[in-house]
Amino acid sequence: MSGHDSKYFSTTKKGEIPELKEELNSQYKDKRKDAVKKVIAAMTVGKDVSSLFTDVVNCMQTENLELKKLVYLYLINYAKSQPDLAILAVNTFVKDSQDPNPLIRALAVRTMGCIRVDKITEYLCDPLQRCLKDDDPYVRKTAAICVAKLYDINAELVEDRGFLEALKDLISDNNPMVVANAVAALAEIQETSAKPVFELTSNTLSKLLTALNECTEWGQVFILDALSKYKTTDAREAENIVERVTPRLQHANCAVVLSAVKMILQQMELITSTDVVRNLCKKMAPPLVTLLSAEPEIQYVALRNINLIVQKRPTILAHEIKVFFCKYNDPIYVKMEKLEIMIKLASDRNIDQVLLEFKEYATEVDVDFVRKAVRAIGRCAIKLERAAERCISVLLELIKIKVNYVVQEAIIVIKDIFRRYPNTYESIIATLCESLDTLDEPEAKASMIWIIGEYAERIDNADELLESFLESFPEEPAQVQLQLLTATVKLFLKKPTEGPQQMIQVVLNNATVETDNPDLRDRAYIYWRLLSTDPEAAKDVVLAEKPVISDDSNQLDPSLLDELLANIATLSSVYHKPPEAFVTRVKTAQRSEEDEYADGSEVEDSETPSHAVENSPPPPGKQPGVSPAPPAAPAPEPNLLDFGDDSVDAGPPLPVLLSAATAEGLQISGQLVRRDGQIFYSMLFENNTQIALDGFMIQFNKNTFGLAAGGPLQVPQLQPGTSANALLPMVLFQNVSPNPPSSVLQVAVKNNQQRVWYFNDQIPFLIFFGEDGRMERGVFLETWKSLPDSNEVSKEFPGMVINSLQVILDRLAASNMFFIAKRKNANQDVLYLSAKIPRGIPFLIEVTAVIGVPGVKCAIKTPSPEMAPLFFHSIEALLKS
Amino acid sequence: MAGAASALFLLDIKGRVLVWRDYRGDVSAAQAERCFTKLIEKEGDPQSQDPVVSDDGVTYMYIQHNNVYLMTASRQNCNAACLLLFLHRVVDVFKHYFEELEEESLRDNFVVVYELLDEIMDFGYPQYTEAKILSEFIKTDAYRMEVTQRPPMAVTNAVSWRSEGIRYKKNEVFLDVVESVNILVNSNGQIVRSDVVGALKMRTYLSGMPECKLGLNDRVLLEAQGRTTKGKAIDLDDIKFHQCVRLARFENDRTISFIPPDGSFDLMTYRLSTQVKPLIWVEAQVERHSRSRWEMTVKARSQFKERSTATNVEIELPVPSDATNPNVRTSMGSSNYAPENDALVWKIKSFPGGKEYMLRAEFTLPSITAEEAAPERKAPIRVKFEIPYFTVSGIQVRYLKIIEKSGYQALPWVRYITMAGEYELRLM
Repeated sequence: MSGHDSKYFSTTKKGEIPELKEELNSQYKDKRKDAVKKVIAAMTVGKDVSSLFTDVVNCMQTENLELKKLVYLYLINYAKSQPDLAILAVNTFVKDSQDPNPLIRALAVRTMGCIRVDKITEYLCDPLQRCLKDDDPYVRKTAAICVAKLYDINAELVEDRGFLEALKDLISDNNPMVVANAVAALAEIQETSAKPVFELTSNTLSKLLTALNECTEWGQVFILDALSKYKTTDAREAENIVERVTPRLQHANCAVVLSAVKMILQQMELITSTDVVRNLCKKMAPPLVTLLSAEPEIQYVALRNINLIVQKRPTILAHEIKVFFCKYNDPIYVKMEKLEIMIKLASDRNIDQVLLEFKEYATEVDVDFVRKAVRAIGRCAIKLERAAERCISVLLELIKIKVNYVVQEAIIVIKDIFRRYPNTYESIIATLCESLDTLDEPEAKASMIWIIGEYAERIDNADELLESFLESFPEEPAQVQLQLLTATVKLFLKKPTEGPQQMIQVVLNNATVETDNPDLRDRAYIYWRLLSTDPEAAKDVVLAEKPVISDDSNQLDPSLLDELLANIATLSSVYHKPPEAFVTRVKTAQRSEEDEYADGSEVEDSETPSHAVENSPPPPGKQPGVSPAPPAAPAPEPNLLDFGDDSVDAGPPLPVLLSAATAEGLQISGQLVRRDGQIFYSMLFENNTQIALDGFMIQFNKNTFGLAAGGPLQVPQLQPGTSANALLPMVLFQNVSPNPPSSVLQVAVKNNQQRVWYFNDQIPFLIFFGEDGRMERGVFLETWKSLPDSNEVSKEFPGMVINSLQVILDRLAASNMFFIAKRKNANQDVLYLSAKIPRGIPFLIEVTAVIGVPGVKCAIKTPSPEMAPLFFHSIEALLKS
Repeated sequence: MAGAASALFLLDIKGRVLVWRDYRGDVSAAQAERCFTKLIEKEGDPQSQDPVVSDDGVTYMYIQHNNVYLMTASRQNCNAACLLLFLHRVVDVFKHYFEELEEESLRDNFVVVYELLDEIMDFGYPQYTEAKILSEFIKTDAYRMEVTQRPPMAVTNAVSWRSEGIRYKKNEVFLDVVESVNILVNSNGQIVRSDVVGALKMRTYLSGMPECKLGLNDRVLLEAQGRTTKGKAIDLDDIKFHQCVRLARFENDRTISFIPPDGSFDLMTYRLSTQVKPLIWVEAQVERHSRSRWEMTVKARSQFKERSTATNVEIELPVPSDATNPNVRTSMGSSNYAPENDALVWKIKSFPGGKEYMLRAEFTLPSITAEEAAPERKAPIRVKFEIPYFTVSGIQVRYLKIIEKSGYQALPWVRYITMAGEYELRLM
């Protein structure tokens, strides 16, 4: 039954709209129908055909149902852009809503509700009123949903016209489909209404439970979801409800099953008889297990929900752990969730088998999955005291495989195991120390250093080990620096000999004078004070006995868990966040800018047990009253004089270009920036003179890029002691300098009171990269090939370290360097990016680095290789920051 | 449902919108396209991405079918299970209409696609996805008539899956009992997991509104009826029924009664988690002579009664990715080297019960290897087979009664077959 509609996509380009106009007004029916199809085809591919509004609407009065549907579709799309003309359609709508054919009556009501134009909404009321009482259930079920549509557009109108009452009446309708849609509509209205619209009484409850047996599978989902909000009064009633819902567990539709599970779990809260509860748990287990044979996407939703269910009622699936073992072909997102549940279900009884599985997973290829498997072993060790030793021996076996990321992950979890079982497993430290040189991830390094510090007295060469790290102290990430500081202090307190004494001097010096990280500095000063005033007290504080950590196995807070369980099967249960945390459909439609779960990984991360350890290193001997300092990055001075009109400039302070000392009290700071695809000179003028300054003007000397002012400099009169921001639009290619490329920009500024001031600025090359710099992979390859090798320039940045590809890519993307592809070359990551400077000159960029290891190579290929030095200068600054 | 979809998108393989239907006017196509292309670019392989993603306050849920993505967008806390399953049903509906759902067929039938999108979902709430009934009032060009149609009674009936007035000269029912064996054997040779998933697949060609009653050798039912279970009675772990089966009645007295849809459908599925003996056991021994050659000796044994025979047996054996020059000998069947899957596929057309066959393979390995080779993919041995006239569970259809008010006699045909499902044996 294949169609040939694709022919409607190929219309002549020239004069398309007039041609269509003519055809739409043709006297022949078939021609008109074809023309409407062409219009819809054009709409489908995104062409604007709104100018044909009147002509299309003229085709609306037709007996042909197909044509009518197409015209209606057109109306849904364009009525909003032509609100005045949309009124032309009203008559036909009203007429169609009284058509003898129920399909057309329903179509009219359904479509009118989708046209979100206020003027039309009023005309919708009468037809809707009629259709809610229509003889045909097909029309009534459509009208029921239409009330929800109308409520979304104009809630008052719905209340005034008594539609809510009519909708409530439909709950008693004799047709199950009508009942289901009425329930869905009422539930939705209740969601946005402050008034009680949809109150479930025991009477409605019983009606709905009856309808449940007869309506479509989707209708069953609506009803079950609405009923899960029902507040049961006593255990008897709860048992009755459960009895009538339980058969739904046998439904082939997974959504029906999950909604039934939700309902049963809700009611179980009230049931007091342990026998009944046990019986229900037994009944729910098989359907939950069967969900894992569904399509992978549905498995994913099911697994996220099962994760919640086992937290609340661990007994339900206590004996089913095997069904969560990963299959080879499971998608990675399913494997990750299964792993999480396996940890939750692991017990002394099944741990041996679970460990065998984890070990198997730890040798797979997907790095994230492998890491999670290794971490899972550690979490089981923390959770199950009796199995800890077996877990550790598996971890040691894995370390012996010497796969770099496995080793690092293992060391991180072993540190947690030490924190859970202090003074139990130190015998393995020697094995760990063998891998010391291979550690290049900050978290693994920090963990290892913590272990050395914590057990310094039992590691003979602890001082040597720590010393080897000290050499690179200034280059280490903050996490590692903090650990080094603490570990050295511990070492010194445990072995106050000459070596450690020297080390502590070096560290304290590094951590106080040489650093700009406030956390590190504060901690170092505290240690310093402690050590210099009372070494014994220092010992008591730093080497105090620490509380043993426990395994929370990602347990959610009980009240949150209950809220999520009430939302089983919904997005809330998938995200493990309450609905208000992500629902953005607010009446005022204030769009939130946050991008919280963009890739779902965040949800994941926030759960790992050693979460606290991930972000801040393990607590070094918890000092009372000393809480971990807030995250780094010195906050920029708030600009108190900023009156808000230039609030865009509230970023970091602009570099000073002309100091008050040279310019007799006038200070100018400024920087070229790119905003919304345009280059601006963002400037700050500060008047430290005794007189008011006005009449500011600016001029730029010839420069490589021909940058010049795109408008007058707008600086108000500056009173003494005040300042003003200015955002000067810039244009390119105005006064191009013929000299070799240079990033120097010479600027002259004058005002009515002072002489002309000259100063130099640096042009940050990256501001020229346009938002249109993204290339198709194919185009990129072609461009690369088409350019001669002489156009390739490369540069090495030996000291630079990339710790996270994503961070780098985000940062490059923010400067309009767009990611094209990634390639692995041995252990190196090679990134390809594209960018474009004005006049369409492409920059093809290749970045080669090993994650976490110093040394980055950057190569570019471009028709303008002479710009390379400027580019490298800028990118170095960008990558280093 | 606390919320519904805002829009439904059909996207091409690059994430560009082919056809979309806006149900609520609060998510734009450009916005969705932007998010989705970003997603594709980031991972390269969207199949490894979570199927539920959030971007800029909108939740997108998607599935892939051939070269098309189907995606919903929503701003509310909607029922994720319901919408994802709905997307799969939409695939079924389109497949029923266009035989295959792909970019081409969507373009070729965009008018019908729009009509369907209007009918199957309203204001983001799934409405009706019975393809067979839909095609009674939404027709493709070839079958379109000028007479105005009415919605079939079935759309709003309690029996929403069957139209009235169906006529067949010969009334027949075909019932296939298909059992898939899933098994996972770990590298110690232990069976870590095994279960059987069965399905009763029906094809009905029956006139009128037939009332059907199915009897199985279900232990619970037989015991409830007070019969001695001297024959074989079985315990079914979890039974799932097509929506035509009266669930409340089953709950009450274990009777499976229903009015079937016309044509083919899955009447019920069930699961057995009792440990089953692997029907085909495969043992492989691997010898790796680093930098020269790689040898494998494989034994395959059928562990079912001699009177049954497995057909179309395919044993997929993982082979190192850098192996070349296969030299294979088998005591039965043929082998085929599939370097694209890093596998050697051993095919045996007919494999009777109680037999054992052998395969020996030798591959050449390159004389140089990378210094720090990435860990080798550890794929398991996978087995496919079919055993006709045999079920693992021992399920039996005791009767299928068909009663229609016109009183015709219908012929039920029953067949049994067992197949390999996810049948994986990890290499030792």
